[in-house]
This record gives sequence, structure tokens and C-alpha cells, in this order.
Amino acid sequence: MPLDPKARLEELDFSKLGLKVGLEIHQQLATQHKLFCKCPAELVEEDAEDVFPRRLRPTRSELGEVDIAALFEWRKGRVYEYHAPRTASCLVEADEEPPHPLNEEALKIALAIALALGAKPVDEVHVMRKIVIDGSNTTGFQRTAVIALGGHITLSNGKRVGIQTICLEEDAARKLGEEGVKTKYRLDRLGIPLIEVSTAPDLNTPEEAQEAAYVIGQLFRLTGRVRRGIGTIRQDLNISIEGGAKVEIKGVQRLDLIAKVVAYEALRQYRLLQIRDELKARGLKPEDLDNIEIIDVTDVFRNTKSKVIKRALSRGGRVLAVKLPGFHGILGVEVQPGRRFGTELADYARFWGGVGGIFHTDELPAYGITSEEVEKLYEVTGARKGYDAIVIVADEEKKARKALEAVIERAKQALVGVPRETRAALDDGTTRYMRPQPGAARMYPETDIPPMEVTEEILREAEKLVPEPPAKKLERFVREYGLSEELAKQVIRDIHLDVFERLVEKYKGKVPATLIAYTLVSTLKNLRHEGVPVDNISDEHLDEVFGLVAQGKIAKEAIPDVLKYLAEHPGSTVKEAIEKLGLGAASLEEVQRVVDEVVEQLRSEILERGERVFGKIMGRVMARLRGRADGRVVAEIVKKKIREVLGSQ
Amino acid sequence: MATILAGFEGLVMPGDELWGYTGEAARLLKEAGAEVGDRIRITKPDGTVYEGILMPRYALAQKPIIVVKLDNGYNIGVRVERGTRIEVVEKRRAKVGAVVTVPLLEESPPAGPKPRVYILGTGGTIASKVEYETGAVKPAMSAEELLEAVPEIGFIADIDAGVLFSILSENMTPSHWERIVDEVAKLIQEGYDGIVVAHGTDTMSYTAAALSFAFHRGLPVPVALVGAQRSSDRPSSDAAFNLHAAVLTAAKAPFAEVVVVMHGETGDTYALAHRGTKVRKMHTSRRDAFQSINALPLAKIWPQEGRIELLVKEYRERGREKLVVENGFDDRVALIKYYPGMKPEIIEFLVEQGYRGIVLEGTGLGHVGEWLVDSIKKAVDAGVVVVMTSQCLFGRVNMNVYASGRKLLAAGVIPGSDMLPEVAFVKLSWVLKRARDPEEAKRLMLENLAGEINPRHTVNLYPKWPHEP
Repeated sequence: MPLDPKARLEELDFSKLGLKVGLEIHQQLATQHKLFCKCPAELVEEDAEDVFPRRLRPTRSELGEVDIAALFEWRKGRVYEYHAPRTASCLVEADEEPPHPLNEEALKIALAIALALGAKPVDEVHVMRKIVIDGSNTTGFQRTAVIALGGHITLSNGKRVGIQTICLEEDAARKLGEEGVKTKYRLDRLGIPLIEVSTAPDLNTPEEAQEAAYVIGQLFRLTGRVRRGIGTIRQDLNISIEGGAKVEIKGVQRLDLIAKVVAYEALRQYRLLQIRDELKARGLKPEDLDNIEIIDVTDVFRNTKSKVIKRALSRGGRVLAVKLPGFHGILGVEVQPGRRFGTELADYARFWGGVGGIFHTDELPAYGITSEEVEKLYEVTGARKGYDAIVIVADEEKKARKALEAVIERAKQALVGVPRETRAALDDGTTRYMRPQPGAARMYPETDIPPMEVTEEILREAEKLVPEPPAKKLERFVREYGLSEELAKQVIRDIHLDVFERLVEKYKGKVPATLIAYTLVSTLKNLRHEGVPVDNISDEHLDEVFGLVAQGKIAKEAIPDVLKYLAEHPGSTVKEAIEKLGLGAASLEEVQRVVDEVVEQLRSEILERGERVFGKIMGRVMARLRGRADGRVVAEIVKKKIREVLGSQ
Repeated sequence: MATILAGFEGLVMPGDELWGYTGEAARLLKEAGAEVGDRIRITKPDGTVYEGILMPRYALAQKPIIVVKLDNGYNIGVRVERGTRIEVVEKRRAKVGAVVTVPLLEESPPAGPKPRVYILGTGGTIASKVEYETGAVKPAMSAEELLEAVPEIGFIADIDAGVLFSILSENMTPSHWERIVDEVAKLIQEGYDGIVVAHGTDTMSYTAAALSFAFHRGLPVPVALVGAQRSSDRPSSDAAFNLHAAVLTAAKAPFAEVVVVMHGETGDTYALAHRGTKVRKMHTSRRDAFQSINALPLAKIWPQEGRIELLVKEYRERGREKLVVENGFDDRVALIKYYPGMKPEIIEFLVEQGYRGIVLEGTGLGHVGEWLVDSIKKAVDAGVVVVMTSQCLFGRVNMNVYASGRKLLAAGVIPGSDMLPEVAFVKLSWVLKRARDPEEAKRLMLENLAGEINPRHTVNLYPKWPHEP
């Protein structure tokens, strides 16, 4: 049966695929300082900064090996431009001062999470250097330490998912962008403590993977000691199917994307295996791809209309081609929606050759390349039509050659199956080739930091930070704070859980817990749905708003308007919001006056329908007072007034 | 497995010493017959099992903790106690064959004549590996290995390399300077076009000054001292950049002087070639720690561009002088920093001990507490040569401005002009080996022999310190 060129998710049966997923979840901890210096663990947007360029050199680890990807970036002459904001980075981030000892606060929070997961803390923490080659660490390595081993979580279907390791590590610098061989980073994020929880590959469906990530993420939040917001939690996924390979997918920033990424990767591996079988069926062997000649086909394109090729030639480049025997049709086969096998080849060409992309016969003629040119290509390369595929690259000769060597290498792997590689998650849930998977050799001891013994004392303090289990918390919220079970559940799931607990304790007896809960889980959500940028609302804003409610300075009905104003006017204060909105609480006289006026307007209706008009009156009064009065107080006055009208009859 | 153990070669200690382990940990390991590199299994009394490769323990922290490398590459410490069981799962395998190393550069240097440069290793961070005994970075790599690590230098020059000794720079003594001078002289006579001396950074400027005086009468080629502030076992090391710049200087610089070649700023842009008598390490850890004081550096060196940008007009030209070596340093010289309340006994003690020279690092223009004048005068009268420098570092001593300075001059103290205290110290140590009497020593100390005295300080020769946040 010929290969369907479309990749269809529907045809996958995950239970039969032998899908195995392991998660690595990274969460920034809310500590006062960074992990190895005294800088605040904060991001800054506008700040005086120092800028300097650096290069990173591939080093041979103590194990004698060189990271090929690192070597490659270095050979390409990659330069990293670091932007060092002065309030959030120091010489430690600039790699100009040795790291200070491990931040004990971070260790305690991480140990608390480890204990909550039932993991076993190590007896002594050894900080390691994990070689990171992309410039995101000024040192060229990430400092990381295992702090606990083992433990598990339980999914809603009752499945126990093992935890393998729990690490404490430093976050990387923030990438600002790329310009040619220059990559720019800001150093504020570098050094913020991260906890990394790695699960066993026990997850067998996309949904399980997503739920596991959710459960672990919730546990982090339950501690109240982790940072919130975009980029503070990141997931890496290790995915394989039976007969495939363990592929590492980096940087999934959205929880709700996990199931999709897993499903798409399973699909990709499944499709790659189908491609392998098809190639085998065509009688191809890996040896057939040995000694493939790279042919200069520049002459074919002397008068080409292709803009890409014209540009390359005008810069002194060449057009090189390879024939992939028996690959006709394969390059056009989708491995994920919108990503074909040809895309996989192009990814390799870009990474290893630094070229813009490739053209191949499964998509030609197109892009200004004519059918005559394609004909000639077949002629020059001696490729068989309807059987072989031809890949061409137009660029500087050296780069084009490297690119095609990588294309051949990748094509060869197609006959084996799924290559082990590190891929980057894209916004639509598909992935792109990032680099080969590094070997285990890229880890060695960080000798600038002495090992830290996990003493009884540290463990005792960590125990104090162990979060209350969700079920217990739920029960307590209902019993102690009088929340409905549904609202309590929502609060526990919400990212503002820590804010809720803090504010409820702070305004005990002054602001009802339900109001705080409702505001955090419902009001903010509604505002977000309306398109209000609620991320601009800080914890301090929320605290202040409830403080004013507690003092009776604003009515609870005013909360949504105040929050909306704060969100839409970043940098403004609660005081300003109230002034601008004219929201000082209304005086009793004012309330009386408004009620009088509304009742007067509706007098005949009241006389006709009696107390049933209450709701209508309330609505009008509250609308005119715009949340400046407490509904209960208004209701009392309205009721009294209705009785007066009816009584005066 | 074989490559995993490559780093441990030479770390396995003979006899009863168990790689830093003591007490219960050592006993258990001995009982199990476990050696560093073996795969071991530790079973705790509560049943917890840890398996991994036995690592050496830092000797400085004596705790009953065994360090193992887990399969994921992480090291952890496992506490052992009575009842803990250790078994060897797999003995470390012997190293099979040579490690295959991928060359960093694909291209080979073009054929054809190139300058000949010799890289002389003396130790320091430019050549270092992790040392498990202390957990610190210690010099270990041979200078030849640098060639493999920094292939770019092969494009500039034909490189020969050798290790004279391999010590931390804080352990350097005047007798080490003498050995370096002899070796450098020998290499110059052998016809090298430039010499690079790899050196620890802490006392690099002392050695640079020593070489400057030893060769001040005649030096035909550049001698570039070089080091690193970040160890060479890390991707961000400045070792390669600095070495590259130093080799470029040794091979191509138009000057024939003793210089220190180190990072010019925090970024990987240019290095500076500082005159060996005017340079000082001014920061404990930054890459650009080395700065010229009271002088401009001789040149900016752009290693990636292969460019040397001269910053001064006056220098000793390459190939103009014949080699003249005046080696020998007297180790009976002391460098003393004056502090408020310093007691005369210190001076008296040095005289009693037979010291022949004292360099004082005085306050401001070159002063010490007036109660020291008598002891200093006695020292001078006893034939000790006393030189005054300033702890300000920037600027020149002038002992005529205040009475206390004039009293010191009257006592026979030699004003050290704008010499850095360390340079005056090295110079005096060199001078005392050849001056026949204190008078000749005085004359030599006042004379500018190797660029150690800059008679003119222009306004720009002072750093602009930051005042804005």
C-alpha cells in the first residue's frame, strides 16, 4: 500500500504504539536571591546595563570528549552579546567572579518539594557543570545538582508515576534575539533558582503526560514559594514509541500544549517508521547512501528565475546537488501536519550547513525553478525519474557542501528509523530539529562550590515548607473559610493560590474569604476573557484593593472596575484608579438620595406590582452608584423605601 | 568506560590512602576492595540503594560521606554508617587504546615559513584540570596539550612547547625567576622569534618585572607572559583567547620587550600587551584584571583579527638588540606596606636578619610615621638599601613636599619615583646582586633601566572611575 502523503493524527492508536513519555518540569523558585550570588531573583525591563561580546569554546570534558554541537557553533564563529542589567546581575552572571555558595533558601524550598513527592534527599549536594552550548550561560555550562531521588505522583486514573530525580539548578540567560552570527542575551534571568523534577517514562498517553505536568505544577504552587507568570515554568519532554527513539523536546512553555506535542511526536515517529518500511520495501539499504557524490549543478541555473538561487549566485555562491536513490516521493511525505520529510532534511541542512534551506524534486518545479531546469537536474545527476529524489542547495560552496552532507546523513538514518535528537517545540505543537543529543559526557564537578551536606537541621527547616496536600487544603478551605467545595477547588487549581491564602489570613474577619476567592478565580478570569491585560495586576495591587474593601473605603462591587483600570494603566496605583473612576464609597445621604430618585421614577410600578419591583430598583440604584455602595446596605434602604411607598397608599 | 577514567589518571594514590576518604568511609571501601572508578553499590541500613562510580573525595572535608557518580552523570554524596554495605559491582576497566580526539579546526595551517614561537609552561590557570584532592582547579596540562586545545596558534607560528615547571604562581620565588630567565635566554639563543611564558596570574607581574630587568640590556625578540583568569577546563575560559593573543605578540609584534598579554576588557574583543615593569593585577577575578599603571600599554592585540595595534611610539624594536642576560636575584629583600601604628621592630628585625634591601610602600607621596625614621636611618647606616614607593599606586612619590618626607630623604631613603611597589621590590632584588655598594645600588634604583620609571604622567593616565549608578 503506498504511503499516505498526509500525516493524520486520527489513525494513531496510542495504546498500540508503545508510547513512553517522561517529563522534566522546571519551575523558578521565589527566593530572595539568585542561586549563586546576592542578586535579586527578578527580571528587569529597563535598567542601566553593560554590554559585552563573548565566544564559547568547546572544551574536552574530564571524560575526554568534545560536544559536537558546541564545536560546530564555535567553528561557525558564533558570538554571544551579553546585556548585563545592573540591578539584576553582577560579576557572577558575567562569569567574572566565582559563584558564591549554594543559596540555602532555594535548597530548602526544593527539598520541601522533594519531600512532598516522597523523594529521598541526598546526603550531600554536589553542584555539577552541565555543558550548555548555546551561549545562554556565560560560563558555557549550567550549574545543577541532584538534591533528591525517587518519589512518585498519582494520576486521576490511579496510576503511580515514578519520579527519578529532583535537581536544583540555575536558570539560563534570556535570549533577546539573533543577528547573523551574533546571539543576544540578557543576564537578569541567569542564576534564578530552578527546581527540575524528572519523571520516569511511565506516561503512556498524551493526556497522562499533560495531567502529570499539571499535578507536579500544582504541587509547586502549593508551596507558595515559586514564581508565577510566563516563562517561570517550562517543560521538556522525552518521547518514544516502540521501534522509535527517545527524542528530547525542549521548551514547552504552555501546559495545555503538552498533550498535543506528545501526540505529534508520536505521530512523527510513527510516520518515520512508515517511511523506513516504505524505503525497505523499495529494496534500499543504508549502504546505498554511502559514497553519494555532491555534484556542482550551478550551470543548470545560469539563467534561472529563482530569486533565492539568483541571489546566492550573485554573491559568488554555487548550486550543489545530491541524488537520494529511491527517495522519490518520500520527501513530500508529511511526518507532522505541515512538516514533511523534506522539512526534516532542511532542518539538518540549516543546522549543519548554516544555509537558508533546500529545494527538492518532490516539490519542484516551483519557487521560480522551471520544469526545464528540473529536467536538466535529472540529466546532470543521472537520477532516475519517478524513483530517485534530488536535493539542491544554493549557497557559498563550503556551506552548501556541509548542508548536503547533513542531508545525506539524515537520509541514511531514515533507513534505520528515528534518529535520537533534541527538538524544539513550536507554538502549534509540532517540533523542529534543534541539535543532536549530547552524550552523558557533558557533566563534571563545579569545583568552585564546596559540596553541601544535607543536615538534620536543613531537613527540619525544609519540612516546615512542605505544602499541605491538596485534599487536606480543600477540606480546610471549606471548613475554615466557608468556601463552597467548587470554589475551593478552583482556588487550589488557580495560579493565585498563594495570594489567596495570604490575603485571607491578612483580612480575616474584615473581608469574606469567598469574595477574595471569587475575585481571584472568577473576576480576573472574566477580565482576561474581555481582553483586559490582567498580567499587569500585581499581588500588591490585589492586597491594596482588599485592604480598602476591609476599611469600607470602596465597595466590593467596585473591585472589577478597579482591577480593570489597573490592568489597562500599567504603573498606576490603586489610589489613582479610585480617583479616576470616581469610586470613593458613597455617603449614606447619597445612597438615600439616589434610592429616593429611582423610587420616585418607578412609583406607579411599585404601587402596581409591590415588592416584585425590588430587583429592578436595585439594578438602577447600583448602576447609578457604580459600585460605590455596599449592596446589602442599599438593599435595606430600598426595602424600607418600598414599604414606605406601599404603606403611604 | 575507558574514556570515563581518563581524567582519573594520576589521581589514584598508592598505599593506604583512599582518595581522601577517612574513618568509616575508608574502612568500608577498603573492606569492599573498592577503588576509584569502580562501579559500586551502597546499601544503607534502611534498605536504600545507591549505585554509581566511586569518585575521589575532597580531602579537606572529612565526613563519613562517599561520593558516587550516578548514571545520569550527577555526583551525589552518600552518608555511610555502621550497617551500610558496599559492594563492587564492576571493577574499573583498564583504558583501551588511545582516546580519539576530534580536532577543533578542520583546516590545517598553510605550509610555508612561519615565525617560530616557543611556549614555555611554568604553571597557572592557563593549563589546568580539576583536582579531586581539594576540589580546586590545579595546573596539570602540559604546554604541548595547549597546541591541541588552541589550534589557531598553529596558523600564526610554528610552535614548540615545553614545561619548565608547573607550580601555582603564589609558590613562585626569586629562584624560579632565575630559572625562567635562563630558559628564555637559552630559547632565544636557539633562534626562536618570540617566547610565550605561560604563568599563573597572581604573581605574573613580579616575574614579568624580573625578566624585564634581566634582559634590559639586550633583547632581540618579544617575551610574552600569559595566563588565564577562568580555568581552561570551561567553555568560557579566557586561556585560549589570551594564549592566541600572546602567540600573535611573540610572533609578530614589532617590539622586543617583556610584556604581559591578557584580556583588555571583559568581552572577548582585544588583549593588551602591558610593559612588564608597569603592569599590575588589579582585580581578583575579572578577565581584564591586568592593567598598566602610570603608563599606557604597548599595544592592543586582536587575536581573532590577527591584528596588533600599537598604542605607544617608543619601544625597543624587534631584532635591534643582541641578547644580553643579567640573571640573579637577591632573596634578602623585603616589601613592607606601612600601616598606621607600625612598629620600628619590624625594620629592626629585618636588619638583624641580614636583609640587604627594604622597599617601603608608604602613604601618599611617600611617608611613614615619624617614629619609624630612627629605625630606618639605622638600617641605612647598617648598609641596607631602603626604597620608598606609594601605596596609592597611581602617581609618583615626592618626599620634598612635607617635612616627614624630607626627614626620610635625610635618613637615606631612596625615592622610588612612580615605580610600582612590586616592581621596585623586584628591581632592588636584582640590583643588590650586582651593585658593589649601596651608593651604586642607589644610582641604579634611581635610573630608568627597563621602562619601570615614567618621567611624564599625562592627565589621561588615570582610570575614569564610575560615579553614575
